[in-house]
Amino acid sequence: MSLFFIVALPFFGALLPGLMNAAGRSATAGVTFTVTLAAFIGLLTNLPAILAGDVVMARVDWMPALGLNFTLMLDSLGFFFALLILGIGLLIIAYARQYLSSKDHMGEFFTYLLLFQGAMVGIVLSDNILLLLIFWELTSLSSFLLIGYWKHLPEGRQGARMALTVTGMGGLAMIGGMLILGQIVGSYDLSVILQNRELIQADPLYVPALILILLGCFTKSAQFPFHFWLPHAMAAPTPVSAYLHSATMVKAGIFLMARMWPVLSGTPEWFVIVTSAGLITMVLGAVIALFKHDLKALLAFSTVSHLGLITMLLGTGTAFGAMAAVFHILNHATFKAALFMSAGIIDHEAHTRDIRRLGGLRTLMPITFMIVSLAALSMAGIPLLNGFLSKEMMLEEANHTVLFNSPWLVPVLATFGSLFSAAYCFRLIGHVFFGPVRDDYPAKPHDPGAGLWLPPALLIIPVVVIGVAPFVAEPFVKLVTASVLGSAAEMPSAHLKIWHGLVPALYMSIIAVVGGLVMLAIFTPALRIWENTPRPEAKVIFETIVEAAAKLAQALILPLHNGAFSRYAAVGTITIVVAGYYAWTTGTIGAPTHALQPADPVLISGWGMLVAATIGMVFLHRNRFLSLILIGIVGLMVSIGFVFLSAPDLAMTQFTVEVVTIILMLLALNFLPNRTPIESSVLRRVRDVGVAAAGGLASFALAYHYMLRDPVASSISEFHLANSYKGGGGTNVVNVILVDFRGFDTFGEIIVLSIAALLIYALTETLLGGPVGAKLLNRRPDQPRAGDMHPMMMVVLTRGMMPVVMMVGFYIFLSGHNEPGGGFIAGLIVSIGMVMQYMASGFSWASARLKYPYHGVIGAGVLVAGFTGIGSWFVDKPFLTSDFTYVRIPPFEKFELATAALFDVGVFLSVVGAVMLSLESFSRLARRADAPQVLHPMDIDPSREDLKEGV
Amino acid sequence: MEQILSVLIGILVASAVYLMLARNLLRFLFGLILLSNAANLTIFVAGRLTPGAPPLVPDGMDAPVGVVANALPQALVLTAIVIGFGLFAFALILAFRAYQSLGTLNTDEMRVAEPKEN
Repeated sequence: MSLFFIVALPFFGALLPGLMNAAGRSATAGVTFTVTLAAFIGLLTNLPAILAGDVVMARVDWMPALGLNFTLMLDSLGFFFALLILGIGLLIIAYARQYLSSKDHMGEFFTYLLLFQGAMVGIVLSDNILLLLIFWELTSLSSFLLIGYWKHLPEGRQGARMALTVTGMGGLAMIGGMLILGQIVGSYDLSVILQNRELIQADPLYVPALILILLGCFTKSAQFPFHFWLPHAMAAPTPVSAYLHSATMVKAGIFLMARMWPVLSGTPEWFVIVTSAGLITMVLGAVIALFKHDLKALLAFSTVSHLGLITMLLGTGTAFGAMAAVFHILNHATFKAALFMSAGIIDHEAHTRDIRRLGGLRTLMPITFMIVSLAALSMAGIPLLNGFLSKEMMLEEANHTVLFNSPWLVPVLATFGSLFSAAYCFRLIGHVFFGPVRDDYPAKPHDPGAGLWLPPALLIIPVVVIGVAPFVAEPFVKLVTASVLGSAAEMPSAHLKIWHGLVPALYMSIIAVVGGLVMLAIFTPALRIWENTPRPEAKVIFETIVEAAAKLAQALILPLHNGAFSRYAAVGTITIVVAGYYAWTTGTIGAPTHALQPADPVLISGWGMLVAATIGMVFLHRNRFLSLILIGIVGLMVSIGFVFLSAPDLAMTQFTVEVVTIILMLLALNFLPNRTPIESSVLRRVRDVGVAAAGGLASFALAYHYMLRDPVASSISEFHLANSYKGGGGTNVVNVILVDFRGFDTFGEIIVLSIAALLIYALTETLLGGPVGAKLLNRRPDQPRAGDMHPMMMVVLTRGMMPVVMMVGFYIFLSGHNEPGGGFIAGLIVSIGMVMQYMASGFSWASARLKYPYHGVIGAGVLVAGFTGIGSWFVDKPFLTSDFTYVRIPPFEKFELATAALFDVGVFLSVVGAVMLSLESFSRLARRADAPQVLHPMDIDPSREDLKEGV
Repeated sequence: MEQILSVLIGILVASAVYLMLARNLLRFLFGLILLSNAANLTIFVAGRLTPGAPPLVPDGMDAPVGVVANALPQALVLTAIVIGFGLFAFALILAFRAYQSLGTLNTDEMRVAEPKEN
């Protein structure tokens, strides 16, 4: 099966459990099992190629410019891990079906599980390291969901958070490391990177890249000093612990170290960091595990310890170490998953995982006893079980490892770790299963149904088979080792066998096992010493650090971000000015290239009005009516300025928008307080003046200086000017830019405008439906109303004007491509004509004559513009490519037909719709209970009694 | 001409910022109008000043003759004016709603989401 399917199956399959949830628990588990089985079989179809030593590749270019390609690679290492992930996944699914109670939402659980499974398979099959990073982050996220699956448990939530924080931070570091690696090699494909050992190790950035990548691996695989999150993640349901924390997720870091082994290993930095981190983790984990009373905590720390062992083996950088590591990954996955599942069984049946409350289960749970004993003895390193073989190889390797110039440091510590490892395994068997049968178990323990014990029992088969006949596993282990080694080292000649003769490793093994038994015998006094020894509590430290970080963030943010808008405005202004000032003082500025142009007296007088109106706003803003007039003056003067400065299109737009804005304000200000009270103290106003002056001064300086100089880089304006007619078919360059060169931007802009209008409509609609609507309906206006609501003169004039306005709008629209005008301006003009009808004849009269709702007009506009753009796809051109031609229909002159004109129709329609919908929404607010609803063509004063008869 | 235009921009920005620093929403809206005018002008003059030469192609020609005004900032500002209207109308309805629902225009007194801590 194609690699794409193997990776994609769990992801697509993740949709199914949620859907199947209603069909029952078995159906949900069944569909999950089927999906995993399909992926598993798909993986096995690639087995012949793997056995032949081939590497299966699959590739789709995604963003080749960024080096991001969807490239998958399956070699024996990836196959090995994928086999563990999917194979143990199958057992876990069967186990979880029985384990989860009817109160647990099974669809949710299996959805998360499949997401996680897909992400894990993605990691081990990725060829592109950027893709690998994406899957890496996905495992962090999905494991967060799985660990916190029991949302009602605070430990679950805290454990999930801690796991996400630690592994997430490691993931961020790894992104940095991978990017450096990609930069060094010039490719993000693993298959290329793995060929460039010398190049990478000679690069000065090798050490930073190594440290960053190792941070990612160590956090994921719970290596010292990041080991503390794993035991807390044990608050998860047992199937999750068995899956994530024995066989898969925590192995992701190991996998990556093995994957990168050919290029990263072999240097002193790699050796010291990886070996010592692994060694410390191994010893520390084993010691802590012995003194844990919670079964899962004991197993968690033993996992930490064994991961340390594998890390140390990879750290030594020898081919033999790599082979031992691969072998131990396999062995550990089998016995540890079985142990976790058995711990779940004990918890499930005895309702406790506390070793102190257990004991004597040997006769009560014989099947579980068998499974746990074999798995634990294997973990302790007892011959004829698989754990013994890889532990021997580890001790052998430790014997040859010289760390910090000391030939005895590693062997002694490795023996010490093995001793404690044997001790906790013996304790696990002895304190749980041996001893007298008790009468105070929380529940009566007995062996569970086959659904629960069969999955761990199946895992015991390889434990024993490999233990008795190691040569069965040898070809596979060597195959995987070959792909770990790559071209960096020769395959070791050693064989997997039980008897190596009287070598030092054997003595070390014997010391460990005997020492472990002694340790168990003196467990009670040892525990007392351990409990009286002060030691740092990782969770407390972690939480202190997190809290300190949160406090620091608050201390930084709260003064700036205290919820008062005026403070944001002040801080924002000051920051911009300071940044600009810094740029001004540190940058260089050339001499002016333009002379000042003389100012026209007319311009100066207009300027004077504008300045006066602006300053007037500052002093007179408390009077809303005066403010309105001043705003009108500002807008009009700006539009005259545009006329003067060769921007006729802008002048027309500014003018029409100004009219619409004033109408809008007239409508809204009616409902807002008449006068603005003085709320600010003198001091505050002085501060405001200071901030405002700084902002004004900075804008002045910016505008003044750039107006006197040419642009630093050549402008694309020249291109627009030169191609407007030849390329766009229009002589009005501004319009051609809008509907042609920058048509896509314009398309976005009309959508934004439309959304704003629809939001305004929605906000007024919900407002009118609520209590505010009732208040508005019965409000008493604060100003006297005109007796003549719809003056005759105005009614007659506006109705007569309507066709004229429409024609002007039409003309402006048509001529827009060649003369000043276009869809925006025409839309605004037509809107004004229509608003005039509302103003003169009343809301009811005007809306009764409205054939099309404005929402429809907006939608039609956006659709017309959009379809015009899509139309170019049919001639294999990109979105919104324009075309034009000239036609001549006698007796008219030759005229132009352009697709851009059709696009402009869309612009026109959405502008009309958006402006009218906003204005209409505001005017709906003005309805009052006592306001007459006039629907007939003409009225003078509807409140006059004598007229009411004739209605 | 350049100096008076840049002074104008400075005055517009200063007035706009002063008005927007207030706690009163209506005053803020007035400031917003002035600020959008100031921003439009700033972008517009980034195309430098070319009086009396609009960017039009004369009849029978392929491209404008001589120095004409920079068309690109004009196109940018044109849409900015229209979007500015949409923004203003939206801000206005929000202010209106806030006033009608909360009975105040003072932003410091609008504390539905973040009640004052005592």
